[in-house]
Amino acid sequence: MVEPRLKAVLLDGPDLDRALTRMAHEILERHHGADGLALVGIKTRGEVLARRLAARIERIEKPAQPLHVGALDVTFYRDDTAARPARPAAASELPFSVEGRTVVLVDDVLYTGRTVRAALTALLDYGRAARVQLAVMVDRGLRELPIRADFVGKNVPTSARERVRVFLAETDGEDKVVIMEKEGGDR
Amino acid sequence: MKRLSRKDLLDLESVSEAEIRLILDQAEAFREVALRPVKKVPALRGKTVINLFFEPSTRTATSFQLAAQRLSADVVDIKVADSSVKKGETLLDTVATFEAMDLSVLIMRTSHAGSAAMVAANTKASIVNAGDGMHEHPTQALLDLFTLRRHFGRIDGLEVAVVGDVLHSRVARSDVWGLLKLGAKVRLCGPTTLCPRDILGLWPGAPVKVFHDLREALEGVDAVQVLRIQMERLQRHLFPSTREYSRLYALTSERLAVAKPTCLVMHPGPMNRGLEISSGVADGPQSVIGEQVSNGVAVRMAVLYLLAGNEAEAA
Repeated sequence: MVEPRLKAVLLDGPDLDRALTRMAHEILERHHGADGLALVGIKTRGEVLARRLAARIERIEKPAQPLHVGALDVTFYRDDTAARPARPAAASELPFSVEGRTVVLVDDVLYTGRTVRAALTALLDYGRAARVQLAVMVDRGLRELPIRADFVGKNVPTSARERVRVFLAETDGEDKVVIMEKEGGDR
Repeated sequence: MKRLSRKDLLDLESVSEAEIRLILDQAEAFREVALRPVKKVPALRGKTVINLFFEPSTRTATSFQLAAQRLSADVVDIKVADSSVKKGETLLDTVATFEAMDLSVLIMRTSHAGSAAMVAANTKASIVNAGDGMHEHPTQALLDLFTLRRHFGRIDGLEVAVVGDVLHSRVARSDVWGLLKLGAKVRLCGPTTLCPRDILGLWPGAPVKVFHDLREALEGVDAVQVLRIQMERLQRHLFPSTREYSRLYALTSERLAVAKPTCLVMHPGPMNRGLEISSGVADGPQSVIGEQVSNGVAVRMAVLYLLAGNEAEAA
């Protein structure tokens, strides 16, 4: 196993913060407000981002009701079951009905699209949302499925030899997005 | 601990504390699945699970069947009355036939201790022991542990009484192994014929005590598991009369009063109401008997998922 080498810092803490603020405004603009909106993060870092986005949207819009925020663990829905999860799958938490609501799925990095495909299948098991959109902090390209993001923090063209990691204060102690290169071999 | 380091689940005696915790943690995720409008995930799509029960069972067979179905596996339920075993085929030949049909997990219940282990040693499929004679019934103990942990947040330091026909009970044996591994203390209680002191030889030096007086056994406990009186396994001389048993050992509200006020009442089912447990206790506020049944599906989903996952790993 070769240690990946740090290639560049794509976003530092303040950059990431500004990107979140812009995404919050874009979501509100698209929806004409915050009514009927639910943010559902894909565990683990998508959940953290969904909570931050919800807090930001509430600060901007001051809705009468707090936003609905949930979290999905998509392990059971993955198509690559031979690649076992690095941890036991956690419980999903959707403490509201998705029926008829606009759901914004939130994840840290959009890459092959397989995680989002799994999340869409999982979400359907909770009911029929009126529409589902996708917000990601980084879109690194290299899709293997016909999926695209509606709200993007940063677009970064990458190669399969590279790795993009989002660090968040809640899970990793600090906010930043980095790109790393694996020396030799592909992923 | 990310995965089980075993092909089969035959007992809790050989399962480590870390493996038990992994199964219980995984079961939490599956418990949430049961609360959804669609109670099904595609985790075991394309896998085949066979339920082979040589003893009658309602809840365990149904629970395993639902667990496999909620994981999207293909499930076949075999009642031995309709199978080739009745035509004289040996157990291993029956299993070889299943293996030829690409079986992933075989769930077995038999009245012979060690039969699940014997089959496990002779097949590539994962075997889950759903009760083998008087030996063990590991998934029952796992769901008991899961139920206790959900209520107390921990197992470590709890004192749990297991009351009844301990001698003939595979549930009691698995419960004791599981409770000890997670740091609980155990009190076994029953008449001398059904709860002999020499059963302690199974757990030398461990915090397990034998009581013959129910009041002493229940004093200050955090939970009590009431075992079913198994008429089918009792020889007459061990058990003079149900009335006498009931008078001395049935769990009633008055007797439960000496336990902690937060004491949980469990029963692995099926209950003989009025024999080992009064209806007042079985349906009372301290009873978690219904929760045990619901938790059973989540725990069995976790076991099937983790065992079938190992197979994918090896492939």
